[in-house]
Amino acid sequence: MSLRQRLVPYWLLGPGLLWLIVFFVVPMYFMGELALRSGSLTTGFTFTWEWSNLPASLSGHTEQIVRSFYYAGAATVLALLIAYPLAYAIAFRAGRFKLLLLFAVIAPFFTTYLIRTIAWKTILSDSSPLVGVLQTLTLVPPDGRVLATSGAVIAGLTYNFLPFMILPLYANLERLDLRLIEAAKDLYSSSRQAFLKVTLPLTMPGIVAGVLLTFIPAFGDYINAQLLGGTQQAMVGNVIQSLYLTQRDYPEAAALSFLMMALILAVVTVYIRFAGTGAFMGGKDEGTTDG
Amino acid sequence: MVDSKSPGGPPMAAAARGWAWLRRNALPIYAGFAVAYMLVPIVVIAVFSFGDTPRDKLTFGLNDGFTLEYWRTAFSIPELNDALFTSLRLAALSTAISTAIGTLMAIALVRHRFRGRRAANLLIVIPMATPEVVIGASLLSMFIYSSFALGFSTLLIAHVMFSISFVVVVVRSRLIGFDRNLEEAAADLGATPLATFRTVTLPLLAPGIVAAALLAFALSIDDFVISNFSSGTTVTFPLYVYGVSLRGIPVQVNALATMLFAVTVIAISLVLIQQRRAERMAAVRPEAIRPEAAAARAT
Repeated sequence: MSLRQRLVPYWLLGPGLLWLIVFFVVPMYFMGELALRSGSLTTGFTFTWEWSNLPASLSGHTEQIVRSFYYAGAATVLALLIAYPLAYAIAFRAGRFKLLLLFAVIAPFFTTYLIRTIAWKTILSDSSPLVGVLQTLTLVPPDGRVLATSGAVIAGLTYNFLPFMILPLYANLERLDLRLIEAAKDLYSSSRQAFLKVTLPLTMPGIVAGVLLTFIPAFGDYINAQLLGGTQQAMVGNVIQSLYLTQRDYPEAAALSFLMMALILAVVTVYIRFAGTGAFMGGKDEGTTDG
Repeated sequence: MVDSKSPGGPPMAAAARGWAWLRRNALPIYAGFAVAYMLVPIVVIAVFSFGDTPRDKLTFGLNDGFTLEYWRTAFSIPELNDALFTSLRLAALSTAISTAIGTLMAIALVRHRFRGRRAANLLIVIPMATPEVVIGASLLSMFIYSSFALGFSTLLIAHVMFSISFVVVVVRSRLIGFDRNLEEAAADLGATPLATFRTVTLPLLAPGIVAAALLAFALSIDDFVISNFSSGTTVTFPLYVYGVSLRGIPVQVNALATMLFAVTVIAISLVLIQQRRAERMAAVRPEAIRPEAAAARAT
């Protein structure tokens, strides 16, 4: 192969990689540098290798970090419980309504994220009939609220990231070879056994991808906590946003962002190691998150 | 409720039948509820766009009945119009740039084996796995210290950046199922590489590219978090909505959101119909389209 031919892929990749390096990698470096500065907005921030910013941002916001894990985790579990049967029904039971149902599932994407969250705020507001029904069913105390509670934030997160769970699950289920389930039944397994021993392991890649695609954005989200929660429901995202844009305490904000990124990377690595397809199939890990 | 006083009697049998039916159809019923849940806010937004609710508070229900007032005056708020126009311009530009760049990257990654391919893949995947707030924060960190003036250009930079990865993923999935024999056939028939690319590769890739562009457009027009960090004083549609949400949103926003929803649904339906028709055309023989041709041949 001539040199010219060997350079072709680099020419094709060039513009995109350059864009990603200059506007994704380099900003990360700037954020890291900012996280190690000290000073205040009035005196200016100077770079002093201020490593103490990192533990300080952790101990100062432990409450919000723990809460983010709790909310995002709960939303991910709920989304999985809602999405799996739905994706299964669309893949195998929808018949000619398949396309229409898929359309309905991604329909929320066609309205602005903020506007649909505001719609939930209206639905969950104190005077809404839904809250009245919940009160009659004594799920909510008679004078209780739904808005500005953890439940409201978790419900909002679940709703907003549900399509991210449904789509990979559907893509995975759709490709499932139904003959394998038939084979299991021919070999006298019950429906439950066939599901647990054939369908579930084979759809593990979809579950892993869906969980990651739901958990990561939910963990970093601050819109739901801001619109549906009260002051007691702030998540890490809310703190970062307010430190950056309102209080302008850039070093602390940058340190907290870095910490958040590190936490997510750690969780994702551990998760892929243990819940990756390898653990279930007895083979080597197949790196399921990619494309 | 179930009448359990007469065991074995008709009510019991009916209850058993009902229970059996419920068991058999549990999955579709569950799925129906789930789909309804997905659609609730959209319905609420649409219904509210016709409702004459007091402007200053968020109440539930149509207080004073049905009105078309807010659809008529949907474009009568200047700041809202500006924001919408900025969003459309931003989305169009960022879609054009990210689709072009991303398609080239996808071609390189699928068609070529080269040094650094894994690293390139990683660089494409990581932004998708990064929380938006971190992307926004890091961009702002850079803009602050390189004294970049925040505004439309920084918004465009950010939007192209977060769209590229999605474009690559979508186009790549189309490229993987690509029949390369068709390109070889074109080359055998004397087409230059450029002509082959233009007349064979590009048309076959088109559905993937269109899907990628639609996704990039949707991502851009909907983005709030990253825009919030990189906008300066420029206001996009989501930023406008956020700004007014603190003091009560004008009902016109609901009308516009419904309009936007309808336009998107129609656009996507058209693309889908067009693709289906193209696939059907490719699958049928001439006789199926022109029955008289088949009839002529038969006689």
